[in-house]
Amino acid sequence: MTMKYKDNPQAVADLVRPAEVHRDLYIDDEVFDLEMKHLFASTWVYVGHESQVPNAGDYFATEVAAQPILLARHTDGEVYVLHNRCPHKGTKIVIDRAGNTGKFFRCPYHAWSFRTNGKLLAIPLKKGYKDTGFEQSEAGQSGLPPVGAVKNYRGFIFVRMKQEGISFEDFFGGSLSSLDNMIDRSPVGKLEVAGPPLRYMHNCNWKMLVDNQTDTCHPMVAHESSAGTAVEIWESLEKDENTKTPMAMEVIAPFMSPYEFFEDMGIRTWPNGHGHTGVHHSIHSDYSAIPGYLEMMEEAYGEERAKAILGENRHNTVYFPNIMIKGPIQQLRVFIPLAANKTLVESYIFRLVGAPEMLLERTAMYNRLINAPTSIVGHDDLEMYERAQEGLHCQELEWVNVQRLYEEGEDLDLEAVENGTTERQMRNQFHAWKKFTVESMEAEARDLADA
Amino acid sequence: MTLPTRDDLIDLVYHEARVIDEGRFDEWLELWAADSYYWMPLDYQQEDPKNMTSLMYEDAFLRKLRVERLKGLRTFSQKPKSRCSHVLNRPSIEVFDEKTGQFVTRTAVHYVETRLDDQFLLAATVHHHFEMVEDELKIKLKRVDLLNCDAAFGNIQLFI
Repeated sequence: MTMKYKDNPQAVADLVRPAEVHRDLYIDDEVFDLEMKHLFASTWVYVGHESQVPNAGDYFATEVAAQPILLARHTDGEVYVLHNRCPHKGTKIVIDRAGNTGKFFRCPYHAWSFRTNGKLLAIPLKKGYKDTGFEQSEAGQSGLPPVGAVKNYRGFIFVRMKQEGISFEDFFGGSLSSLDNMIDRSPVGKLEVAGPPLRYMHNCNWKMLVDNQTDTCHPMVAHESSAGTAVEIWESLEKDENTKTPMAMEVIAPFMSPYEFFEDMGIRTWPNGHGHTGVHHSIHSDYSAIPGYLEMMEEAYGEERAKAILGENRHNTVYFPNIMIKGPIQQLRVFIPLAANKTLVESYIFRLVGAPEMLLERTAMYNRLINAPTSIVGHDDLEMYERAQEGLHCQELEWVNVQRLYEEGEDLDLEAVENGTTERQMRNQFHAWKKFTVESMEAEARDLADA
Repeated sequence: MTLPTRDDLIDLVYHEARVIDEGRFDEWLELWAADSYYWMPLDYQQEDPKNMTSLMYEDAFLRKLRVERLKGLRTFSQKPKSRCSHVLNRPSIEVFDEKTGQFVTRTAVHYVETRLDDQFLLAATVHHHFEMVEDELKIKLKRVDLLNCDAAFGNIQLFI
């Protein structure tokens, strides 16, 4: 097979135009390999929350850039993020998703053992390596190697696979305000993962899911069958002034809000591909107050600050490349790319430490009603993605359009707030996609030339 | 109070599966007590349906929503519609307490769902909790524990 994109940063750059992107971003295996190698290695990617590894020896296994990774809590209290691969023969050290390994990891194949910070501890029959030059080999030096860089941001752990690159602060900039708001909603400023995530397999490209997070023109169309039917049933029921709107209606009905609602909610974009819907209000704005919660927040933060924290109603915040959080309900979704046409979506919910459990009940309800493989909302989203994944194989049409409310000369390196139906955030993501992918490819080409 | 027989419990379990397989969903809604839940936990041996994510935890309103949605003209993920088939082991009677009116069965189920060219098989253990409502046996709680509850699924669109 001839390689069209490998070692050709210009060809990759040409896939992204200001207001349209080439279909190969979604369907081409070679592009997928390049984005794993370059984009996902040079940006800051979310791997997990520290509450998933609370005690020394706890570990959590996941994937970043299509590579097996594990988080481990070391005896010094730090969370280490390591490559989940024995330096000897390649065996994955852990294969269950979470557990406790005690004081060290032990490879089940030949019993090489490693401290929970990844350092090599012992090898059986080590004398067999004497005078073989083993100390100079990769296996003799690496242990379970750490990833390039780790940042634990208020409990949320991100990694950059490359040793060198953009700093965490420069990469996320002002967008961290959404994570801050989600965490500040706990009176003690602390979140905990509550239970296992929903795991939903999508036969589509990961970017379709990320695009959809700020796509405010689809809910009233794709979700008419679920949200619209819910509204119809609710309206047909007999009610009096004492009838309380059930929590499920509060969760699902706003999906049927008219275009004006979404236009007015606003979209904010930040440099490097991050952005959020719901600048002024959102589908989470009109939830009933949970008894006692406001008082706890005022007690913890003072009246003014508590009001400011709870006054934010950000809808979906995309942290490029592949997570979305909902601050007001403490949900985080990870779009894990497995192949050009395969994405695993994991949807986590968090407990606000020190807040009433009823908040968690609403969040758990949102998660199962909207994002489960059994969700009547999720069903129609996945239907759209999979139809698009197949439709994009048409040779006649090569481009995917993201032109809504585009203006020539748009500067995506500036923070901006715009009409809530703009596709600026999608353009922002592709702009970042191109920047980080192409810069890394060019750097590799330079390194090769120097060598 | 009229009491059910053991056969009544077993018959209702088989009847419910058949009603779903034949797509008679309005009839299916009638099999439930007013304050009843269809629960499909996400975690193995999950205790709490509310403060942890479940795959489904549906009261009468949400079950009706599912059924009405299946009829809709713009229910895109059901154009074309899914079909399903249940294979049931004979239900065992776990609780038959005439004094408290508690009746519980346990049934091993293999469930097949299909749409277009895709078909999948799920194995589940199903517990039905029944109660008598005005001399009629109704489902109070149906708990569906998937054998592979921690696996990643594509769309599961009908009822196990």
